[in-house]
Amino acid sequence: MMKASVREKLKSGGRAFRAAFPCTIPVLTGYLFIGMAFGVMIEEKGYHFLWAMLMSLVCYAGSGQYLAVNFFTPGVSLIHVIFMEFMLNIRHIFYGLSLLERFAKMGKKRLYMIFSLTDETYSLFFVTKTPKDVDESQFLFAIALLDQSYWIIGSGIGAFLGSVLPFDATGIEFAMTALFLVIMTEQWMERRNRFGAVVGLGCGLVCLLLFGADNFILPTMLCILLILLPVGRASHWQGNAGEEMNEKKEQSEEVEHHAG
Amino acid sequence: MPVSTGRSLAIIAAVAGTIFFTRLLPFLFFPPGKEIPPAIRYLGRVLPPAVIGMLVIYCFQDVVITKSPFGLPELIAAAVVIALHVWKRNNLLSIGVGTVLYMFLIQNVF
Repeated sequence: MMKASVREKLKSGGRAFRAAFPCTIPVLTGYLFIGMAFGVMIEEKGYHFLWAMLMSLVCYAGSGQYLAVNFFTPGVSLIHVIFMEFMLNIRHIFYGLSLLERFAKMGKKRLYMIFSLTDETYSLFFVTKTPKDVDESQFLFAIALLDQSYWIIGSGIGAFLGSVLPFDATGIEFAMTALFLVIMTEQWMERRNRFGAVVGLGCGLVCLLLFGADNFILPTMLCILLILLPVGRASHWQGNAGEEMNEKKEQSEEVEHHAG
Repeated sequence: MPVSTGRSLAIIAAVAGTIFFTRLLPFLFFPPGKEIPPAIRYLGRVLPPAVIGMLVIYCFQDVVITKSPFGLPELIAAAVVIALHVWKRNNLLSIGVGTVLYMFLIQNVF
């Protein structure tokens, strides 16, 4: 016999998953596809589907795993692996900053929330609103867990299909480019911080031309900070109530748009 | 497999550890209850679109525009992804059509 409190917990957990699932459908489609593309790439290196799924389970990063495919080559040092992954994932440091308060209330789930904070899960947290009858931490946890399960399944399917249906996969890595273009377009259409997007694109392009493909990530990050910080200071960190309200209003309009 | 099983596991552990560390850093610096400075709060809000912009450039870093095919497959596929997304706003459609088109272009056209 189950205790009433356990039963209640399971019930509210189920409610959270049912509420979270429709919100995760965009990530479901995207993750199955780019997860499959990753699976095909790692399979071509000679690693079967269980390796693909293991990586998706413990690493869980789209661009990080695409990049990691290149490391399975003789002569690549672990220091190089760590440095490249750190540079690529340095953006995650800033994702966490905007979620410090929301995660602080999440107790035992907090560590998994931090582990599973991918680009897509992060952006979902900002375009979805927790329904009134659902506990927020359960809702966010459900989104994070569903997203990772799509990713693991997608990469397994990709690696499996790649091994049984041999085909020319040249160019499949464009899935990652397309994914970032979609996220950028989505942010742009929602009118949220087009300035930030322009600064990122501009600094990236200039630093790529100046420093070359292998060394431009760090200068780009510095350049972005050097532009955004003075602008933020000049606008008093945009911390006034009026602006926060505008932002909230815009967000609720977005939610309606998605629902429609 | 191009490297040994042990080596492969070591690479996966290094990748997993590094990614988790970058995600954990802000939470180490600002544990629950610690006041977050307004500058940090501001960055948390404005940096993500900037970083996505940077990542788009990162994806195009190996494109060579000075010799054939002059980055045309990337340009065409990227334009299709954006146009399709503005039009239909469907992630899978935009990513799927863009990727298949790109694969077709570099395998058969350019």
